[in-house]
Amino acid sequence: MKHLPLISRHGLDDTLAWRHDGPVSVRRFLAEAAALAARLPDGDWLLNLCTDRYRFAVGFVAGLLAGKTSLQPASQSAETLARIDTAYPGCCCLRDGAFATGTLPCVDYPDLSAASPETVAEIPEIAAERVVAILFTSGSTGLPQAHCKTWGKLVANALAGASTLGLLETPMNIVGTVPAQHSFGFESTFLLALHGGCSFWAGKPFYPQDIVNALAALPRPRLLVTTPFHLSTLLAAELPLPPVDLLLSATAPLSAELAGRAEAACGAPVREIYGSTESGQLASRRTVDGARWHLLPGVDLSQDGDVIYAENGHVEGRIALGDRIERHADGSFTLLGRHSDLINIAGKRTSLAWLDHQIASIDGVVDAAFFLPDEADDTAITRLTAFVVAPTLSPTRLLAALRQRLDPIFLPRPLVMLESLPRNTTGKLPRQALQALYEGRRKND
Amino acid sequence: MTTTPTPETVAALLPEVAELIVAALNLEMSPGEIDADAPLFGDGLGLDSIDVLEISLVVSKRYGFQLRSDNEDNVRIFSSLRALTAHIASQRSQ
Repeated sequence: MKHLPLISRHGLDDTLAWRHDGPVSVRRFLAEAAALAARLPDGDWLLNLCTDRYRFAVGFVAGLLAGKTSLQPASQSAETLARIDTAYPGCCCLRDGAFATGTLPCVDYPDLSAASPETVAEIPEIAAERVVAILFTSGSTGLPQAHCKTWGKLVANALAGASTLGLLETPMNIVGTVPAQHSFGFESTFLLALHGGCSFWAGKPFYPQDIVNALAALPRPRLLVTTPFHLSTLLAAELPLPPVDLLLSATAPLSAELAGRAEAACGAPVREIYGSTESGQLASRRTVDGARWHLLPGVDLSQDGDVIYAENGHVEGRIALGDRIERHADGSFTLLGRHSDLINIAGKRTSLAWLDHQIASIDGVVDAAFFLPDEADDTAITRLTAFVVAPTLSPTRLLAALRQRLDPIFLPRPLVMLESLPRNTTGKLPRQALQALYEGRRKND
Repeated sequence: MTTTPTPETVAALLPEVAELIVAALNLEMSPGEIDADAPLFGDGLGLDSIDVLEISLVVSKRYGFQLRSDNEDNVRIFSSLRALTAHIASQRSQ
């Protein structure tokens, strides 16, 4: 069986990460991961809830060393945790903050400063065929879909991403504002450090001032891995920015206008990654150069009817893409919009059908429909509206019930209580009818 | 300069901060309807991290200081309108 090293392009004494107390060598990182592995309970699954990127990384590798697979759900709602407890018996959580894990057993991230780096003599090898992570998407009709990631494909994804961004020639120090558990952050912060020769800042800076401080704490060259919304907020704060050498954005389309402002403010190119949890990273572009995306090395697209598939390279199998795509003769492509009712809010995906199913499952709801207004621009996050018929429920009680089922980002704002929904004679709810309801309410503001 | 604001200072600033939140987030309520001591997240107003960033931006513009997560307890600052207002009163430079 083929094996690949846990970490490449770094020697044992190279810096893998930067914490508040300074650089962390590969040797120390591996020693801490081994020490943590010894403290994890038996079982095949690890739900790594650490928000600190370094602790997530130590937890992930500790799980690998202990024979566990990392579960990375799209949401951390109470319902998701309960579902994991049922579907993955013996799963344990690793957390670095006060997070309620329901019925799941939990390990609090321990102090690992006593681990002995001098005992680490080599970088471990991991079987390429081994499933090391399962990333989840919210399925369109209820159950979350699991997407298995083998070690070999994850390493290939990291190399393809690093090669496209020029990191193989010029490794960078990464500050990420995105969670390490979600596919973009997982691939473009954690995996770029393991196999792209990069190192990463341990924190997950949130406020603009945090991002500035994290960048300033790292030597150049610096790579900021972020989202359109975080980038827009950072620029709006008008803080003096330390020099940045590259910006990378994903989770939602970046406008050329915002990309242009970011390039001017940072004096660095802004690149975007296109991909999905199912397929991994597929293509990139420099936003100000135009709408066309360029495939990562090894990845191919094919077409069957209206649907475009990604395959080969680091893609696991043949993956149908959720976007409508126009392919060009030179191999590049343009995104035309989402298929069907898939929606993406601040990088979190779901479908209107799934949301409608969730709200309709609440006792007292007679009829309900979620609606996503057309987006105005990328400096603000467009929120969902829900139109609901539930004569016996107060909005407060309905929201409390929804909160048990949905990620907060999908909670409706506003929640509009009606006596009936404008269903047509066949019982359907045309989008135009919901749009008219939405606009009618806005006029009354 | 960090100072501990008096309860009266905080109470006097509450309506202004409530108005700021309602305007920044396009909430479907009047500022007076926000319970000053109810949680802003979860069962109270139900805010999320996107909202927190949006609020932090208007707070920094209006009151002239940046919110930071490394030296402050985010959970505490955003635990209620009163807690957020007290934080603003102690940190504001304008």
